Amino acid sequence: MATEYSKPLPVPQPESDHYWEQAAMGKLVAQRCTDCHEFQFYPRVFCTHCSGRSLEWQELSGKGTLFTFTIVHQPPHRGFAGDVPYIAAIVELAEGVKMPSQVIGIEPDPEALSIGMALEVVFEQATDEITLPKFKPALQ
Amino acid sequence: MPNIQRLKNLSGSAAIVGVAESDAIGKVPDKSPLALHSEAALNALDDAGLALSDVDALFTAGWSTLDVAEYLGIHPRFTDSTSVGGSSFVIHVAHAMAAIAAGYCEVALVTHGQSGRSDRAPIPRNSGAPMMQYEYPYGIIGPPVSYALACRRYMHEYGEDRTRQAMAEIAVSTRKWANLNPKAYFYDRPLSFDEYHDSRWVAWPFHLVDCCLVTDAGAAIVITTPERAKNSRKGGVTILGAGEGHDHSMISQMPDLTRAFGRNTGPQALEMAGVSHSDLDLAMIYDSFTYTVMATLENLGFCKPGAAPDFVADQVTAPGGSFPLNTNGGGLSYTHPGMYGIFTVVEAVRQLRGETGERQIKNCELALAHGTGGLLSSTGTVVLGRP
Repeated sequence: MATEYSKPLPVPQPESDHYWEQAAMGKLVAQRCTDCHEFQFYPRVFCTHCSGRSLEWQELSGKGTLFTFTIVHQPPHRGFAGDVPYIAAIVELAEGVKMPSQVIGIEPDPEALSIGMALEVVFEQATDEITLPKFKPALQ
Repeated sequence: MPNIQRLKNLSGSAAIVGVAESDAIGKVPDKSPLALHSEAALNALDDAGLALSDVDALFTAGWSTLDVAEYLGIHPRFTDSTSVGGSSFVIHVAHAMAAIAAGYCEVALVTHGQSGRSDRAPIPRNSGAPMMQYEYPYGIIGPPVSYALACRRYMHEYGEDRTRQAMAEIAVSTRKWANLNPKAYFYDRPLSFDEYHDSRWVAWPFHLVDCCLVTDAGAAIVITTPERAKNSRKGGVTILGAGEGHDHSMISQMPDLTRAFGRNTGPQALEMAGVSHSDLDLAMIYDSFTYTVMATLENLGFCKPGAAPDFVADQVTAPGGSFPLNTNGGGLSYTHPGMYGIFTVVEAVRQLRGETGERQIKNCELALAHGTGGLLSSTGTVVLGRP
C-alpha cells in the first residue's frame, strides 16, 4: 500500500478466518446451519437459532437492501478524518441476515438515500490481507 | 424468568442513605478517574453519616472493584464489577439490595469516576471482539454513530418530521432543567429551538445538541438495611423495584432497533414495586441522545411504540410541565463522563428528599431511574420511594 492504512482493521479469529479469506477473494460468505438451514451473521462455532453444531459456509448473492444508515460528519476515529462525511449502514441481505457496512458510490445526503433501496456488494481492499465488503446502489 | 412474587418480597429490603458527586464535575483535568471515585465515595458516605470503615461491599463499573477498593484502602466482603455500560450503576443498586437482603453485607458503596474529557490513559480497545471485527472497520465506532443508526430506523417506522420535532423538544426541555442546576455544565447557557436546528451535524440525524456532553465526573451511592437507614443522617430512600438485562453488544446485532431492553426492565421494576406509570412523580431516564429518551419512554411503557413524539410534545417535560423528566439537566446538559447512569439515581434521591432547590418538583414521593448502557445494549431500572 502506498500509504499506511490508518483505520481500525479486523483481527480475524479462528471462526472468522474463512469469512475474511473469502472477502479477500471477492466473495461474501455466511454460515448456514445444516440442521435448521438458517443463515447467521457473524460467524460462530454454533447456530444461534437452534444451537446446532453443524454449520456450512455458503456464498451469498451480495444483494440486499438498506435497513438503516447514518451520515457521519464527526470522525469517530482519526483514521476516518479524511473520509467524512461517509455513510455507515446496516444492510439486510437477500438471505435474511443483517450486516454492518458502508454505502459508497452515492452522495452522502439523506435525501439521496432511502430505507429499503436496493444495494449490491462491492469489495474494497484495505491491506494485503483484509478486504472489506461494502455496498453500492444496485443497478436496476 | 424472574420470579415476581419473590421480587415483591425483596421490595423495600434496602434503602439509599447517601448520594454525591465528586468535588467538582465538568472540566476536571487535575483529577484522575480513581480520584473522582474516591471523592464521590467520601462525599456520599458523609451524606449518609457513615465512614469508609463502615463499608463492607463495593460495586463499580469501568474499573475493577480491585482497583477501586485498593485505592480506597478498604477490604469488601462482597464485590461486584458488573460492567455493562452506563446502566451498570443502576443495576448495582439492585444487586446491593439483593446482597444486603441475603446477608452478605450491610453497607454497600457504589462508585463511579470517569475523565471522559481529560483522561490521560483512555482504555485500550480489544481488536478481537466481534464489534471490532465487523463494525469498527466501517467507521461504526462509538455511541453517536450506533445510536444514529437506530434513530434513522425509528424515523422510517414512525415519521421523520415528528421524530425530529420530538428530539428538539427533549433537547430544549432538558436544557431548561440544566438552567436551574448550578452544577450543570450548561447552567448558564439556554438553548432555543432555532439553535437546536442550526446545530452542526455529528452523525446525521444527530445534531451536536442531540448528543450528550463529554465531561469529567464521579458519583457514589451508599445503600444499607432499612433498620440502619432510620438512623442515617438524612433518612433512607427505599428501593422498591428493579430490573436489569441486555440484548446485544454491537448495534447491528440489536434484535429490534427501536425496542431496547427497557421493554422488560420497566414493567418488571414497576410490578415489583407494586406501582404503575401514573403513580410516578419523576422519571430520570438516561439521555445519551435526545433519541434515547424517546425510545426509552416507549420501551418502559410510558407510551406505545411510535407515540413518544406526541408524549413529549409542547414542552411537557420541561420545568413546570406535567411530566418532569431529567430534572438535573441530564447527560445532555448537566454532565456525562461516559457512563452516566449513576447520576439518574443521585438526582432521583435528591428529589425524593426535597433538596434540589429551584428545580425541586412538588410532592415528589415516587421516582423511576433508568440507565441504558453500551449501544442501546443493556438497561437497568429502579423504582425509588420516599420512606
